[in-house]
Parts: sequence; structure tokens; C-alpha cells
Amino acid sequence: MNLFEFCYGIIHWLVDLVNHLWYWLGDHLPRVFGDFFNWAGDLAVSHGNIALFAILAEAVIMFVIALVNVLNFIWIDRKWMGRMFDFYGPYYVGYRIGGWLQNLADGIKLFVKEIITPAKVDKLGFLIAPVILVSSSVLALSTIPFSPRFGVFTSDLDTGVPAGLLIAFAFFAIAPFSILIAGWSSNNKYTLIGGMRSAAQMMSYEIPLLLCVASVFLLSGSFGFLGVVNAQHDIWFVIPLFLGFIVFITCLAAEVEIQPFDLPEAEAELVEGWTTEYGGFRFGLFMMTSYLRGYVGGALATALFLGGWQGPSIIPDEFWFLIKAYLVFLIIEWMRWSNMRIRVDQILNIGWKRLMPLAMLNLLIAAAFKTMGWF
Amino acid sequence: MAEMWINMGPQHPMTHGLWNLRIKVDGETIIDAEPEVGYLHRGIEKLCESKTYTQIIPIADRLCYGASLSWSHLYCVTVEDLLGLEVPPRAEYIRVAALEMQRIASHLMWLAAYAADLGAMIGFIYSMRDREVFIDLLQALSGSRITYNFPRFGGVAHDIPPNFERDSLRACDYMEKRLKEYEDLYEGSKVFMLRNEGVGLLKKEDAMNLGVTGPSLRASGVRYDLRKDMPYSVYQELDFEPATHKDGDCYARFKVRMDEMYESCKIIRQAVTKMPKGKWRTLAPRNAPEGTGLGRVEDPRGEGVMYVVGDGTDRPYRLKIRSPIFVTVSAAPKMLIGYKIADVVAIMGGLDMCIGESDR
Repeated sequence: MNLFEFCYGIIHWLVDLVNHLWYWLGDHLPRVFGDFFNWAGDLAVSHGNIALFAILAEAVIMFVIALVNVLNFIWIDRKWMGRMFDFYGPYYVGYRIGGWLQNLADGIKLFVKEIITPAKVDKLGFLIAPVILVSSSVLALSTIPFSPRFGVFTSDLDTGVPAGLLIAFAFFAIAPFSILIAGWSSNNKYTLIGGMRSAAQMMSYEIPLLLCVASVFLLSGSFGFLGVVNAQHDIWFVIPLFLGFIVFITCLAAEVEIQPFDLPEAEAELVEGWTTEYGGFRFGLFMMTSYLRGYVGGALATALFLGGWQGPSIIPDEFWFLIKAYLVFLIIEWMRWSNMRIRVDQILNIGWKRLMPLAMLNLLIAAAFKTMGWF
Repeated sequence: MAEMWINMGPQHPMTHGLWNLRIKVDGETIIDAEPEVGYLHRGIEKLCESKTYTQIIPIADRLCYGASLSWSHLYCVTVEDLLGLEVPPRAEYIRVAALEMQRIASHLMWLAAYAADLGAMIGFIYSMRDREVFIDLLQALSGSRITYNFPRFGGVAHDIPPNFERDSLRACDYMEKRLKEYEDLYEGSKVFMLRNEGVGLLKKEDAMNLGVTGPSLRASGVRYDLRKDMPYSVYQELDFEPATHKDGDCYARFKVRMDEMYESCKIIRQAVTKMPKGKWRTLAPRNAPEGTGLGRVEDPRGEGVMYVVGDGTDRPYRLKIRSPIFVTVSAAPKMLIGYKIADVVAIMGGLDMCIGESDR
């Protein structure tokens, strides 16, 4: 049984419960009304309707799980940072569970702060930028299944979202527009430079990233999560496409704006760049979204290169997936905490002159493997 | 993109204090720059005219939060010149050891700020952690951790505490190990080299003409160090070599400061082992004679000069302070023009700005 069937069952049961009332009304009211209620009851219990509500229920479940996951993520990141920096990390807030509640405390603190909209900003852009950023990241997240049983599925067959990976990357790539809008509408020189940097950086790193993904599609012959992961049953793609994995991780760090590539929000020269004018919970949303995108990135790398949820069945598949996604994120964070920030001309040089040819080479390697019939 | 002026400061993460750097940018490239200092002017020179000579020692400490000991030492050297006092050799050795500890602590604070500016928080944490070792030593010596109030006219306030020699030698061993680790962390990082090599070029002639002193001058290839060229304490009896580098870019300034920390460790070792027995303080008269006194020392940031005029009372008639950073910051346009906005933090961070002393 997968999550779709589970939700389908529950929704079906609920609809049946309500329909008892409707059919009862249909039987006891005058003929005109009765027909209507019978018709409505038939419609409500139809397969398409229930499937639609089941998908919505799935999305809500995945969303909540993902948000709890992000809390975990921030905690792990802070602990990991603390280990590297010779301190404990979060400790006192919820000290029995290792300071896990620190994130909630920070969230509450940000939540109760006054939300300030500066007088001279472009109101529409200023308000809509966080909405676009958060919603696109959450949408990217909703396409990612934890296992063949647990994810947003559209039918009881284990197919997942059709072309789920493509959709995930499409949503993933919306963010630069919102950052550009945020930078422009804030009416501040620092945010403007930050937004421009973000646009330049993300657009130049999108291409090698997608070329690496294309090589995986080539080997697996599928655009969906399940197809890609099932193709890695014998050997994880990180072994034949090691080069692609490295390029992918690097581009991911640039896409998620993690330290060596976090020029758009460089706090030393640009005073947090495009987020300068955002305060209170809007800043909290940006903060949360950056971790959310880190999680999405880790999950995508896991699905594409590290065999997804496959692993010895001592622990459930979902946990394998989470562990791998966490590990990828920790590697990126390791890079983040021990590196400086690259300059904007250097980052474009690296993107176009180094990563792009490497990604092409990786695609050629994948094509060679496919031609020789090894995959 | 259109040209625009950007105010980096007075409150900006890059400034490390309170000053303003106005840069004119074309896209991301800097085409003009204009430093503005003076936001932290406290009128210390005027204040000193109404205080007795002894009361000025703690005020001189307040000149720089990073290297306060070297400023109170400079003030004491100046007044000793006015009074014509002889300092006992033990006091000179204690002073030299303390000054070099202060120099390492100051350079480590610079390194911390520099790393944080370039985006490596790990460098900040590590440097501040290791700075603690020397701050603890100075605390054992003087009793305080930032403003020491330790030198006196004709000596120092206290003798060294027990086990100071052992602790200092251990601290030097520890520091040299750590310095190797820093070199691995920074020079082993391709990103650090990309950000530093060839950035903020300051030619030898420009550096000399603009009056730049200290590590920034030595990084431009001029071997000029008052400890060697105009030895003022017992530095002529100690064996060390001022660090120089010929490139004049940010990496050279980084390297010069790293090498200076090695040299300082060497000096501390020699100073605490060669330290003679005897008095650590002579008594100074309350009133200074009419006349002038001049002191010049090698501050961690450059050449610090103080000039005092006495009028026969217990208060100075005039005290003039020459701050190295006040002069060095005027070289900012020469270094900045032609580089990117992101290089501002590397270039200005590499100068080790300290606004307390430059605004006075």
C-alpha cells in the first residue's frame, strides 16, 4: 500500500460518511431536491473526485513532514557547525533533546517581531517576492518521494509524479526571479547588487546542473523519481558518473547559495545582500527557505546519484533516503563552513569555464556507457 | 550599468569601527573611492591636557582596543624621554615580552576579522580561541584583559607572576603549531588565494609617498621596522628579522602578519629566558620639567608616534598622537580603484583598521 491508497481509503471513507446524509436527504426531500442530492452524492463518490482529494491530502502530509524535517535540518546544521567551530551548538533550549527546540525559539522570536515595510519600496514586488520563493521551494519539495510507498502519487500504481524530477528542477529554478524581484523592489543599492549577482550566478549554474541531470536521465531512461532510483538497483550512478556528482554538488551549493557561492547575500560587503530590507518573519521565511532548498538539493542528489531509498533493509527505505539526504547536506555544509566567499567574476569563470566543460564531459561519458550497453 | 556612489559605512560590517568608505562603482567595478574618518573622535588629545601624567596612562590604553598595551607603552616611552628616566633592564624585558604578546593578540584579532570578512567564520572562531591564550598571559601579568594599564614611567606596574616564563614558552609552542594550522587552512584553500593574490596592489613608491607604515609597508617590499631600524627598548639585544614581502597585494599583507607572529614568538622566547633579575620599576617625579619628549614605537599596525610638551607642572601642555591607521587609510583609493566591490573587504580588512586610534 502506498500513500495514495492510504489517503484514497481515508477520503473514500469520509465521503461515504457524508454521503449517508446526502442520500438520506435525497430519499426524504421532494423529488427535485432529492434528485439533486442523489446526483451530488454520486459525484462526490466518483473515482476522479476522491483521487483529487487524496492527492491534496498527500501534499499536505508531505508538506508537514518536510517542515518538521527542515527543523531537524537546521538543528543538525547548527550542531555540525558547532563541532567544526569548537563549540556545542544549540544546547540550552530543550537541553534534554540536544537543543532541538532552539529552532522553534528562533521561529517564535522572528514571528513576534514587527513586520516593517520600508516607505520607499515597490510594495507589490516587495510583498510577492517571499511568497514566490517559499511557494516554489515547497512545490519542488512536494514532488520528492521518500520511498516507492511514501510520496505524492497520482494513482495506486507505483509511478510517482510523472516526470517528477523535471518538475522538481523547474520549481527549483524559479527562485532567482523572486530574488531579483526582492533585490529590485527593496530600493536599496546593496539589495540591487545582490539581486543582480544572484541572477547572474543562478543562471550560469543552472546549465551545468541540468546537464548532469541529463546524464542521469540518459542512463536511467526515465524522468521520474521511481524510474531513476530503480535503475540504480545494481549500481549507484555516483560510481559511473562520479565527475557528474562532483559537478552536481558544486552547482547545487551555488543554487542554494551556500558559502563559497553565497555572493548574493554576502554579509561582509553587501550587508546580507538582497535580504537587507526584510525583517521579522519575512526574513525568517527566507532563512527557512534556504534550508528547505538545501534539503531539496540533498534529496535530489540522493535520488539522482546515491541510489535513493535503496539500502540494506535493516531500517525502512524512508530512513535510508533521509540519511543520505542529510549526509549530502552535511558535505555541502562542511564546504560552507570551511571556505571563503568567491568573487563575482571568479564565480562566473568557474561556472562557465570549468563546470560547463566538465558537465559536457560527464554527459559524453554517460552517452558512452549507454552506447556500450552497460546500462 | 549606471555609475553610482555607495556608502560603505559608517555602520557596515566591513568597517570594524565607525568610519565611512564612499565608493563609486560602475557595475561591480570601483572607479573612485573616498575614505572618511572622524566618526569616533573623542578629543583624547585635548582631554590629556587636563589630566596629570599618571592619569593619562589608562587613557592611552583606550586608544586602541586591539593593541592597547602598545599605546600605553608608547605614552610611557614618551614621558620617560621628557623626564630623562632610565628604565631598569628587567622592566624593559618584561615590557618587550608583553608587547610581543600584545602584537600576537592584535594580529590574531585582525586575522579573525579578516577571515570573517572573506566569509570564513571558521577562521574567526579559531583565531579568537587562540588569542585567548595570550590574553590570559597578559591577564596574569597585569590583571586585566583589554586595557592593561601596565607600563609605568620608569618601569612596569608589577613584577612577572610565578611560572610566567614556563607559561609563555608553552604559549609560544602552542602558537607556532596553530600558525601552521592557519597556513594550511588559508593558503591551502584555493578560494583564499583567488581572493587575495594580486588584489589591492600597493606599489613600493606609493606606499612610501603616502606614509604607510607597519605590516602594510613591509608587504610592499620596504624593510622598515622601528624595532630594527631605531631600536627603542632592548630590541637590539634580541635576535629577530622583520618580515617583508615584495608583492604588495593582500596576500603579501596576510603573509607579513603571519610571519610577524612567528617572529614575535621568537622574541617572547628570548625575552623571558634572558630576563635579568633586579628592580622592575624606578620612581618618577610628579612634575615634568619644561621641554619636549618624543616616542616612536612599532605598533602592530604601524609606526606610532607621541610628542609631549611639558611646562613644569604635573600636566602636559600638549600631547600629540600620530596614528598609523589614520595615515594608512589615505592609501585606500590607490589600492581600491579598479577592483571589485567584493575586494573592498579584502583590501580594507588587510590594513587592520582600528578606528579608536585613528580618530583619537
